[in-house]
Amino acid sequence: MHAIEKLLAKKAGKASVKTGEIINCEVDMAGINDLYLQTLRSFFEMGGKRVHDPSRVIMFLDHYAPASTITQASNQKQFREFCWDQGIDLLMDIDQGVCHQVLADKGLAYPGEIVVITDSHTTTHGAFGAFGTGVGATDLAIILATGKLWFRVPPIIKINFEGKLPKGVYAKDAILHAIGALGADYAVYKAVEFGGSMLPHLSISERMALCNMSTEMGAKASYIQPDEITMAFLKEKVTRPYEIYHTDADFEYADEVTFDVSKLKPQLAAPSSVDNVYDLSQFIGRHIDQAYLGSCTGGRAEDIGIAAHILHGKKVASRTRFVIVPASKGVLLEAMEKGYVKTLVEAGATFVTPGCAACLGTHEGMIASGETCITTTNRNFPGRMGDTKAEIFLGSPAAVAAAALMGEIVDSTLYM
Amino acid sequence: MQKLLSGNAFVFGNNVDTDQIYPGRFVEFTDVEDVAKYAMFGSDPDFTKKVKKGDFIVAGTNFGCGSSREHAAITLKAVGVGAIIAESFARIFYRNAINLGLPLIICPNISKLIQANDTLSLDLQSGTIRRERELIATVEPMSEYVLNILENGGIKSLIRHQLEAENNV
Repeated sequence: MHAIEKLLAKKAGKASVKTGEIINCEVDMAGINDLYLQTLRSFFEMGGKRVHDPSRVIMFLDHYAPASTITQASNQKQFREFCWDQGIDLLMDIDQGVCHQVLADKGLAYPGEIVVITDSHTTTHGAFGAFGTGVGATDLAIILATGKLWFRVPPIIKINFEGKLPKGVYAKDAILHAIGALGADYAVYKAVEFGGSMLPHLSISERMALCNMSTEMGAKASYIQPDEITMAFLKEKVTRPYEIYHTDADFEYADEVTFDVSKLKPQLAAPSSVDNVYDLSQFIGRHIDQAYLGSCTGGRAEDIGIAAHILHGKKVASRTRFVIVPASKGVLLEAMEKGYVKTLVEAGATFVTPGCAACLGTHEGMIASGETCITTTNRNFPGRMGDTKAEIFLGSPAAVAAAALMGEIVDSTLYM
Repeated sequence: MQKLLSGNAFVFGNNVDTDQIYPGRFVEFTDVEDVAKYAMFGSDPDFTKKVKKGDFIVAGTNFGCGSSREHAAITLKAVGVGAIIAESFARIFYRNAINLGLPLIICPNISKLIQANDTLSLDLQSGTIRRERELIATVEPMSEYVLNILENGGIKSLIRHQLEAENNV
């Protein structure tokens, strides 16, 4: 069996599982975010009275942090009251940041865990050897009521990245390249394991970016086998007991693809789908109205550090704005300690409260009709960050910061 | 669950994402009447004026990709969409729709077989899709698990019965 299958079998109380089988699993951590008041409604509509296990529920006020409208404020108020009423101690209020980063910062993402959040990018936690998957409000309400959720055991595919990434090229480029080659629906209903000789060179931050973006090829979950880098990250953070699973040598993947990344160039997903991917060089000279660095994909301290390196002692281009959204409070504190915030604010960047901000087109950095944005986030669908007639390019933190500096898309490897 | 559905087809392409079905800036609305106002707004702002109860959405591959927002399924059910027939669905959207009792039918090549405004009928029992009397396709039956959810009008009533049974033990 694969490590993911062993994990699912354990949580379903079975000795083994097979692809396609429907199983009912104990969920270790169920997360709700502030977009989905429907979760609480569905809970009560199903006759729920008390949450099955409040210690396994976490509430994130991240997408609307802090509230920009009265409706958002009212929704957040109802979430807080629900937590207080139900004894849910893990209330991550508006100071904390994006759910996935907060989970990692607090040691609540760990090997062998089933983590389910009302957020499609819950695949991020494959970076820790967890089974992370996104669901809708009603599915999450079922976990609140019963502690369990049904899953179909997914076919598992393996994507190998071979070689070491060239200087100035990042995991974000590697995953964009793979999504471009394989398509936005390549991994629908499937789980994706990432492997290959690139992996031991990747930090946890870059592994999270990789697993996060597997959602954009439709994956149900992703997985990276925990190694020394994982353990070094978890050591100081995780207090809950956990188990690391290993894939049997004779396991047969449903599909296996390999990409050589040793000569990979910076990539961009061009408007308006994530699999519309080209070498960045094809767009050099394109004017940028807004550069945006943030989100659960590209808003970590390492990403902000790359921007600080590129903009140190320089200024953001005069007809370009540079919006930076640290993924979490922990990220913001680290960026402050390392001097990144000072460097970037002096360069003319605009810092926004940790959270999801404009990534999903609700507030704090929306873009107008006819504008072009380059961003470290995960989606460039029409209207994703504002007007449907705005254009969005997805790229690495270096591609975004270099574009902020020059006011147009440039070869970011020249600025490292 | 109504087993025989008929209505007009609204045809969309591949990778119709949740921002097209229900844009992010309207996600703060939670009452069904409000959510119903913005169905397909990111793709066709006049959709809600044209769609009638029982009509079908027909699409290519990966319908509903993107966000986990249940609003996308809620809004389509609320405006009366009878079923969605697509070449494939994104998985969270699939679960959300089935949980609400909105039938989703997977049918290869359907976006090439159907034109906008075709009048279709769908027999959920036999899996047949017809345009007037012409048989367009026969699809694989849904899994028993999914059919059970649909026949109970969505998963909420199933869980409600489960919780009631546990409380009465």
